[in-house]
Amino acid sequence: MGNDKNSFVREVAEKKYEYGFTTNVETDIIEKGLSEDVVRLISRKKGEPDWLLQFRLNAFRYWLTLEQPTWGHLKMPPIDYQAISYYADPTRKGQGAGSKGQEGEKEIDPELMKTFDKLGIPLEERMALAGTAVDAVMDSVSVKTTFREKLQEKGIIFCSISEAVREHPDLVREYLGSVVPYKDNFFAALNSAVFSDGSFVYIPKGVRCPMELSTYFRINARGTGQFERTLIVCDDDAYVSYLEGCTAPMRDENQLHAAIVEIVVKERAEVKYSTVQNWYPGDSEGKGGVLNLVTKRGHLRGANSRLSWTQVETGSAITWKYPSCVLSGEGSQAEFYSVAVTNNYQQADTGTKMIHIGRNTKSTIISKGISAGKSQNAYRGLVKVASTADGARNYSSCDSLLLGSHCGAHTFPYMDVHNDTAVVEHEATTSKISEDQLFYCNQRGISTEEAVSLIVNGYAKEVINKLPMEFAVEAQKLLGVSLEGSVG
Amino acid sequence: MSAEKQYIDFFGEVRDTIAARSCAEMNEQRESAFEAFSAQGFPLQKVERYRYAKVDADFSPNYGIALAPLTGPLPPYCFRIAEADSHARVLYNKVADATDSIVALNTMLCVDTLVVHVPKGIRVEHPIQISNILKGDQDTMVSRRILVVMEEQAEADIIITDRAASQSRFLTNQVIEVVMKDGSHLNLYEIEETHLLCTRYNSVFVQQGRDSSLHHTNLTLFNGHTRNRLDVLLQGDGSEVTANGCIIADKMQRVDNNTLIDHQVPACQSSELYKYVLDDSAVGAFAGKVLVREGAQKTSSKETNANLCATSSARMYSQPMLEIYADDVQCSHGSTVGQMDEAALFYMRQRGIDEKEARLLLKAAFITEVIETIPLESLRDRLHVLVDKRLRGELSKCEGCKLCK
Repeated sequence: MGNDKNSFVREVAEKKYEYGFTTNVETDIIEKGLSEDVVRLISRKKGEPDWLLQFRLNAFRYWLTLEQPTWGHLKMPPIDYQAISYYADPTRKGQGAGSKGQEGEKEIDPELMKTFDKLGIPLEERMALAGTAVDAVMDSVSVKTTFREKLQEKGIIFCSISEAVREHPDLVREYLGSVVPYKDNFFAALNSAVFSDGSFVYIPKGVRCPMELSTYFRINARGTGQFERTLIVCDDDAYVSYLEGCTAPMRDENQLHAAIVEIVVKERAEVKYSTVQNWYPGDSEGKGGVLNLVTKRGHLRGANSRLSWTQVETGSAITWKYPSCVLSGEGSQAEFYSVAVTNNYQQADTGTKMIHIGRNTKSTIISKGISAGKSQNAYRGLVKVASTADGARNYSSCDSLLLGSHCGAHTFPYMDVHNDTAVVEHEATTSKISEDQLFYCNQRGISTEEAVSLIVNGYAKEVINKLPMEFAVEAQKLLGVSLEGSVG
Repeated sequence: MSAEKQYIDFFGEVRDTIAARSCAEMNEQRESAFEAFSAQGFPLQKVERYRYAKVDADFSPNYGIALAPLTGPLPPYCFRIAEADSHARVLYNKVADATDSIVALNTMLCVDTLVVHVPKGIRVEHPIQISNILKGDQDTMVSRRILVVMEEQAEADIIITDRAASQSRFLTNQVIEVVMKDGSHLNLYEIEETHLLCTRYNSVFVQQGRDSSLHHTNLTLFNGHTRNRLDVLLQGDGSEVTANGCIIADKMQRVDNNTLIDHQVPACQSSELYKYVLDDSAVGAFAGKVLVREGAQKTSSKETNANLCATSSARMYSQPMLEIYADDVQCSHGSTVGQMDEAALFYMRQRGIDEKEARLLLKAAFITEVIETIPLESLRDRLHVLVDKRLRGELSKCEGCKLCK
């Protein structure tokens, strides 16, 4: 019986990562290794101005002085930073390094189109029904950004960050690195040195973005890492909802994904940032998978601004990230909703940081961890209330659910309170699905596996409800898939 | 490495004197402790368990180092290590974490150990009180060591008080090891009432056998800088631990409590309740970890940390952690940092209680929750009085012993 069950689990695990295919497009990959020359080469390939090259070089030189941190509750395979190629461009076929990258409208390889079609990402604007503008990024390059003209009518800028550097250099220069400086941490320094593509969003004063903006990240080429950089600036009284999705092919090797997301929220503006992260998690033996090491941070600069992070983490061999909020604006509000699911040998050390600086700032943290198989799932969060943050309020709740006796669920909350008028609350529980609940479902003809999926979905509902509708449906399906075969 | 150097040099000079004043069991461990300490030095704030302590600053001042063995008559069941039963003696330094350099420093410099040994099946009727009194006109560093061995089915109450009878600077490095055999029961109280110039490092290590139960209460009423470490290893099925603490700190006081409850076997229970009242520029820290190892099913654990910050310059760091590797468990933790309930204040003021008194009452009520859990009634009553005095600011030095009067 035990054997049967294992084979079933394996079957499910292998079958169920349905985005594990690769695309055969000719990709311009630079040689492996990292040096100042590589940084210069990336900058040259992207035709960047000198200030950005200097930014990269400063970051690179600083990175050289750092060591990879080890404090996470993670067993990380050693990363050989010289064995990774830092730039892979699937849109350009075999062009030399000297080209200036100033071509007009790109012609998209039909293979690429097919890839994104397969992933369910509409790159054709006729599919307006979806109501979402998409920036699709494969490996190091943005393939296409849809609905740009329509958004432009309202003054909204939505393009890849490389284009933004060319077309809106003042904006990029003003905000790039202002939320996550390159000295922030090891991976931020690395990303700042070699970042390739990502999205740039600017919402002007008083504009409510009429559609969901979304970026879709895909790693395709072998032996590469993805270092995307996203910058969102939401000016006074503006609003935007932004979605991020990711997948990668199934490979035996670990692939590195070290991104930075920076968000600036000005007075009375509101940003919603949602992620459904489904990078390849490795096989059931724990081989391969993406190392997802990301720095995400929002700065609530204006009074009464709002920012919410919603994340559904089901993929990646290792997830190590803390989408954070710095609440400087008076009365600003931040929210963090997270569901992290780990199965097989996956490891997650994720959570958030809420730094209260302004008066009467509020933050809410709701985190749900689900661990199955032999996985380790840790919540780590910091709530810091500075002495200037009179009347600050925080509520955190993090629950863990354990499915199986070989997995781990951990909670490491940090609360640093330097103010007497602040109220900070934290609570956490860890338990397993109760026999009563399962029995109740079984009695009514629901199989154990379905019952678990039902209960888990109910458990995660608080978070899933915060996602935009299309994403919520996908997330719900993902939860079911990720846990299949983990019930015994 | 400068702070370590004075201790390393000192040990080099007096190594033989220490060995001559001590006994074989302690001397056996000394050299390896010296090696461990010299190799590691003091833990930096980068070390997770010392994140909120300032070890370097606390150990840097130039203290005279006391090397006196225990003297005077000892109460029943208490012995100098050289006179204790060999069953108890061999347990010296077996429970303490030898990799911790603060513990290593103690093992290196300590000349005598107080052994409390309660034989099998004995219920000690009167509480055993151990009073540590710091006295002297020179700045002094003291290394203290206590070993408690509870044989099968033994029961006892032990009260350990720390006091200072003179206004010099004192640095105490204390290690308490507790071995609880199957079915034993221990209530252990630690009460600190010293003064602003006292620094205390206290590391308590407990090993519990099957069906044993420990009730540990740690009260910091008045101090300078205090760092308490409590490690409880639940190694026998069905063992139970309650670890509570209450801390009142103001002025520039610092109190750091760092606990680990390690559930190694199934069906154990743990509960923790730590409460802090912080005033003026006091700094409080609580880091408590509950570790449930693989296979430790049917674990039940509860951890609560509640804190009151009364001024904007008081700081609180709170870190209640869970690390769980078993699925059939019920674990929860909660932590709050807040201020007094305005509605309750208003209610009292409406009834003619002035604001100062009302705030005091609320603080006392907040602390009472911890005091009420103390099983020993006479101690409970005494503590209510002490807490009230402390909150009124009347307890500026230690109370109750004849030495200061």
